[in-house]
Amino acid sequence: MKKPLNIAALLLITLLISCGGKEEKKKEGFSYDKKVTTEKTTEKKAETIPASKRVDLTNKGIGPVTSLTLHAEIDETMAAKGADVFKKMCTACHRADKKFIGPAPKDILDRRSPEWVMNMILNPDEMTQKDPLAKALLIEFNGSPMANQNLTEEDARAVLEYFRTIK
Amino acid sequence: MKNILKSTIAILSVLIAFTSCNNTSNSKSGALAGNVAEKVYVAPGEHDEFYAFISGGFSGQLSVYGLPSGRLFKVIPVFSQDAEKAYGYNEETKPMLNTSHGFVPWDDSHHPDISQTNGEIDGRWIFINGNNTPRIAKIDLSTFETTEIIEIPNSAGNHSSSFVTENSEYVVAGTRFSVPIPQRDMPIKDYKGNFKGSLSFISIDPEHGHMDIKFQLIMPGFDYDLSHPGRGKSHGWFFFTTYNTEEASTLMEVNASQNDKDFIAAVNWKKIEEYVNNGGGTKMPAKYAHNVYDEATHSATSTMKKEVLTVNPLDVPGAVYFLPTPKSPHGCDVDPTGEYIVGNGKLSANLTVHSFTKMLDAIENKKFAGDAYGIPILSFEDVLAGSVEQPGLGPLHTEFDGKGNAYTTFFISSEVVKWKLGTWEVVDRQPCYYSVGHLMIPGGNSQKPFGKYVVAMNKITKDRYLPTGPEVTQSAQLYDISGEKMELLLDFPTIGEPHYAAGCPADLIKPRSKKLFKLEDNKHPYAALSEADTKVVRDGKTVHVYMTTIRSHFAPDNIEGIKVGDKVYFHITNLEQDYDVPHGVSMIGANTSELLIMPGQTETFLWEPKQVGVWPFYCTDFCSALHQEMQGYVRVSPANSNTPLKWSLGEDIE
Repeated sequence: MKKPLNIAALLLITLLISCGGKEEKKKEGFSYDKKVTTEKTTEKKAETIPASKRVDLTNKGIGPVTSLTLHAEIDETMAAKGADVFKKMCTACHRADKKFIGPAPKDILDRRSPEWVMNMILNPDEMTQKDPLAKALLIEFNGSPMANQNLTEEDARAVLEYFRTIK
Repeated sequence: MKNILKSTIAILSVLIAFTSCNNTSNSKSGALAGNVAEKVYVAPGEHDEFYAFISGGFSGQLSVYGLPSGRLFKVIPVFSQDAEKAYGYNEETKPMLNTSHGFVPWDDSHHPDISQTNGEIDGRWIFINGNNTPRIAKIDLSTFETTEIIEIPNSAGNHSSSFVTENSEYVVAGTRFSVPIPQRDMPIKDYKGNFKGSLSFISIDPEHGHMDIKFQLIMPGFDYDLSHPGRGKSHGWFFFTTYNTEEASTLMEVNASQNDKDFIAAVNWKKIEEYVNNGGGTKMPAKYAHNVYDEATHSATSTMKKEVLTVNPLDVPGAVYFLPTPKSPHGCDVDPTGEYIVGNGKLSANLTVHSFTKMLDAIENKKFAGDAYGIPILSFEDVLAGSVEQPGLGPLHTEFDGKGNAYTTFFISSEVVKWKLGTWEVVDRQPCYYSVGHLMIPGGNSQKPFGKYVVAMNKITKDRYLPTGPEVTQSAQLYDISGEKMELLLDFPTIGEPHYAAGCPADLIKPRSKKLFKLEDNKHPYAALSEADTKVVRDGKTVHVYMTTIRSHFAPDNIEGIKVGDKVYFHITNLEQDYDVPHGVSMIGANTSELLIMPGQTETFLWEPKQVGVWPFYCTDFCSALHQEMQGYVRVSPANSNTPLKWSLGEDIE
């Protein structure tokens, strides 16, 4: 007596599911999420050294720039253009050599990879949500968001070149 | 056990019927009424298929809804001040509401119509008329902002407006009330024969949409109620309904309803355009404002124009004819092919449809029934295509689905009636709740309607929503018209009292919708394009503050040296260059509204401090986690003090 009911219930469920169409498949029951532990250690670190002082030259960040090699020589023309873009688009929150609303870009390439800097300029929303360093920086700087000023990649590259010239 | 099996099978089969994947036959209500909800359901995060621009009526604005969801996205300020957006309050947009009567901060907005190319709506601009102090506004559909308003001289009750010809050559504005032209002091009782009605053809610059009155046709003193352009075969003509052909000036509800038939005026504007281009017409002194908003300077300028070109219809033979139409026709609607002209005789039992082909034939063969002030009246029988017999009571407006069907609203019997063009038979009728006025099918005023939905706009809602005191909302109702029978899907409230609407597929507008203004394109004379440009400048008793905003501070945020009696202009530039990051600002005691400044934009408000003290200002649009910290102070000293002018950010003022 119980069996037919069970079968009916099964049939019903199958019917309902088959009609959904758009319904996404549920995630598998098992997953190994190693990120959790990584993040935990990062947060622990944050307690000791502030994110702005931390050095991480391997993290390339998240965004359009995956690989960027800097020439040994600074391109002065590009740097001058970058200084102009920085003045117009960034100085509302950044001073070249001291902490303002956000951190100072001075010596940034001693602490960050060029890709990370580019991605922070070009993709700040995702960076401050997902990149552990950017997340920590957001907290360190009072939750003041890094504004996306919609720079072109070329402009961002010029700004990066300018950063190399800040003494 | 058998019983159980049987009942499970029974239950199962019912369930199968309900969960069946193939929902093709859902035109019925009742047991399957759940499908109706699905038809208007737009899941969170998903977009509607159509934009609907619904006039705000006596609110003076234009509202933007999504269809089929009926969700309200924006109220675009047009003819009325809007404190939320500082429209008509900030220094930049105050000139938009300038008229020959001075600053008029309100109007009665009526009939939106989208620009067209080759007879199809193109989604570039939308035009709407101000009824009370006659004006036509143009809204740019890349910014959803009012960018131009032109006042119409010699007009009063600008009602048979603002309809666009099929290549956006003209937006047309006809007067409802006839008046002395030019205005003069005269007895009202001498109306008949002395008052005139003006029909204005406003050219649209194809590049920027700028409006200019090309000519005004000075017609007999009737009331010109509504209008629509010819299209396709009738492109080059414009049709206007008239009432009060009695030329009464008092107790109109009786005196303007005496004649068995009034007219639809058919105007060959191409012929008049040619006449005007060859030097025809008379320049008449007139005073009317032309207000243009410049996106580069984020500012409007108002110019007072001094004359208008008028045309006497008798000077252009063959340009204007009257088509007799029973009885005080209201809506004047032209089908997508341009052949049929529907006169919605609001006091008539039948719906009258004229034929453009027969009209041309009647003109050619001089089938005249007389004339009115020298304008030929065509013989009714010779222009009539057919009548829809007793379709309902009080027909007002008709729209078309592009599949050979017409949909007419009936105010008195409160319904939408579907009927067939050519056979004039009634196919279906659906009630409206209540007292429907206009209706709209996206693309309805074009050669290519999108006949999936019709929106009916109601005057009365009574018990349809939760009561809100004596004043209750107006409403719109959405019907699915994809099948043979119409199906009521949704009720939704509207702002003001909606008169007409315009709709189009979202894809026409969505890709062109602007996200922000580029700082490098900002040519506002008082813009501060970086914090380095911020300053405070005194010029006598006038002070200009060049201020910037970014998440989350003002620069400068401390100002000293302002004195009682100063006129302080705060010019605020939003330095953000990201989508959806506006900043607001407001100053304690300022006799104006807040500003709401889009990324890359500069706006200005005036503050005239009246009291000594230190007065705060703050950001009114929650901009970041530090929004509550986005604030500043202005020190106001006595009028005769010597407090030096200083400003700063991030340090003590020195």
